[in-house]
Amino acid sequence: MENILLLAHTEADGSLAKAGLEALATALGLGGALTVGLVGAATQAAAGQIAGCGAARFLAVTGDAFGQPRYTTDAAAAEALCRAADCPIVLAAGTSRWARALPGVAYRLSGRVDTHATSLTSANGAPAVTRWFYRQRMEAVLSRTQRPWVVLLDPGCVAPWSSAPDAPGASGTATVEAVSVEPPATRTTVTGYQAPKADEQTIRPDAKVLLVAGAGWTKKQADGAVHAAEAEQLILGFLRKAQASLGGSKSVVDLTGEGEAVLHCMTHMNQVGQTGSTPRHAKGLSTCCHGEEPHVVGWRFVNQRRAINLDAGCGWARGKADVLYVADAFEVMRHVNALLG
Amino acid sequence: MSTPFQIVVCGSFVPDPLQTLEPVTGPAGPSLKNEMMLPAVLDPWAGHALFEAANLARKTPGSKVWLVSLGAKAKLQQVMMTVAQKAPFELVALDGPASGFTDSFETAAALAAAIDGIAGLDRARLLLFGGWESASRGACSTMQMVAERLGITEQFQGVDQIAVSDDGSFEVLERVEGGRHQVSVCTAPPALLGWATGNLPEPRNNPQVGMANMRTVMPALQRAKAAPIGNAGLAFSGVALPKQQRQTRIVKDMPAEEIAREIVAWMSEE
Repeated sequence: MENILLLAHTEADGSLAKAGLEALATALGLGGALTVGLVGAATQAAAGQIAGCGAARFLAVTGDAFGQPRYTTDAAAAEALCRAADCPIVLAAGTSRWARALPGVAYRLSGRVDTHATSLTSANGAPAVTRWFYRQRMEAVLSRTQRPWVVLLDPGCVAPWSSAPDAPGASGTATVEAVSVEPPATRTTVTGYQAPKADEQTIRPDAKVLLVAGAGWTKKQADGAVHAAEAEQLILGFLRKAQASLGGSKSVVDLTGEGEAVLHCMTHMNQVGQTGSTPRHAKGLSTCCHGEEPHVVGWRFVNQRRAINLDAGCGWARGKADVLYVADAFEVMRHVNALLG
Repeated sequence: MSTPFQIVVCGSFVPDPLQTLEPVTGPAGPSLKNEMMLPAVLDPWAGHALFEAANLARKTPGSKVWLVSLGAKAKLQQVMMTVAQKAPFELVALDGPASGFTDSFETAAALAAAIDGIAGLDRARLLLFGGWESASRGACSTMQMVAERLGITEQFQGVDQIAVSDDGSFEVLERVEGGRHQVSVCTAPPALLGWATGNLPEPRNNPQVGMANMRTVMPALQRAKAAPIGNAGLAFSGVALPKQQRQTRIVKDMPAEEIAREIVAWMSEE
């Protein structure tokens, strides 16, 4: 197997995130000599976190300028690490930061890049990437002859690397070779983050359960009236009690821009499906969702799936869900919330 | 008032999301069965980029929007009949494959060359827009490489909002992990913005805008240069639809309370 460079950026606290550890696990599984390239305001703690992973070298670009997730500086740091490591395969987690920067780096190195990889394996010493096309509607295995080949792995596809508790030196102090990079001139400054208040947070990537809400929540109910306010209350109540994450179909998300009764908790950020995200959760519960393939791709990566729908023939559920409850979601969710306390 | 922008939007068409897609493999690699027969729509993220570009141009007098599109000419013409009614732009067409299986590196080279050839384009005022990925290839890499080829190193991806200040600087909201937005300020163009969904609804069809656009769209389609994408060095060893079909248990006539109990029990299982 060819030599591998794993690129990882540190978090605000100096550690490596779960996605980075997943990429590390994939890199170690390939069998080639591994170099780890770290980027961040401080990198020694991150190197220590994975000191015992078996990497042959630890390289790092360190400095305050490289603490900000920003194309100019991230691309400069990654390019320098790639040149210093000189590895034909470059692996990184598909975080927003690397997804922004690494395609440009691949171009600078006259290499190629593949993103949204769900696996990178070696068959007879040749690496092959598995990824989805047409928004998770077909899966392909591909290989390339060009090098370096930069591969971004989607988070949540493999178990993260962790040190064996009894392994000597599993975590500790790693010898890190500093790679010197002059921070490039940039016109961009990261000024902060916007996030919903803690009690309004509806997107929880690490949640066990994904609740998918469809436009049915905003339609006329059995009494002939729309109950959007109650729908929102039920959905938010469930999210709080179950610490679940919220996804929405395209139709319910688009209502916000069309002046109809809306769920205020639902934004485009929540959209799952063909033009939304495809989050990875252990369990998914869809409510009031209708539709066919374009919506169903939203829970392609949800392992156990159940649906509540008044239509027993709903394309969202038949053949895609494990269980379909033909029932009124308002009524069921009222009881679910009561049971969850 | 800020300086007018020159906004170049890259975007092509994709099969209508409601169509059933089936991969086939030929001598040239994988493609979609009956690809040329499938109804096509403007790629949704490229569409958001175009609508945001039109909105920004409207709010910044003197700005201009180009749409650079790589695809089979006949299909482009069909899609433009609808898209041209949504927003004012000048089309730059490239006659080549818009398949999801084409390589982003070579696609980026073709797009960058087309942008480079736009007469009178002021690079100092250039905002390069596109979808943060496409609904076909989903590469999430094409626009970054287009920008690199044009020497643009201020880049943003997953953009949902741009707000321009009077001094010409602009604030950008990019999607990051955990349902948050990263807020950045860029002091001046040129810059790349790879759009997520933004906040604008799809504009209503405006026949007047459509007629004005079509005066330039048809000549642009006739002038479209051939842009073959070779996929050099890229090999697919298999393309397949997901096979898993679940045996759905349909539960009818169960009281809501009982369903709720079953759901809560299921949620608490490991």
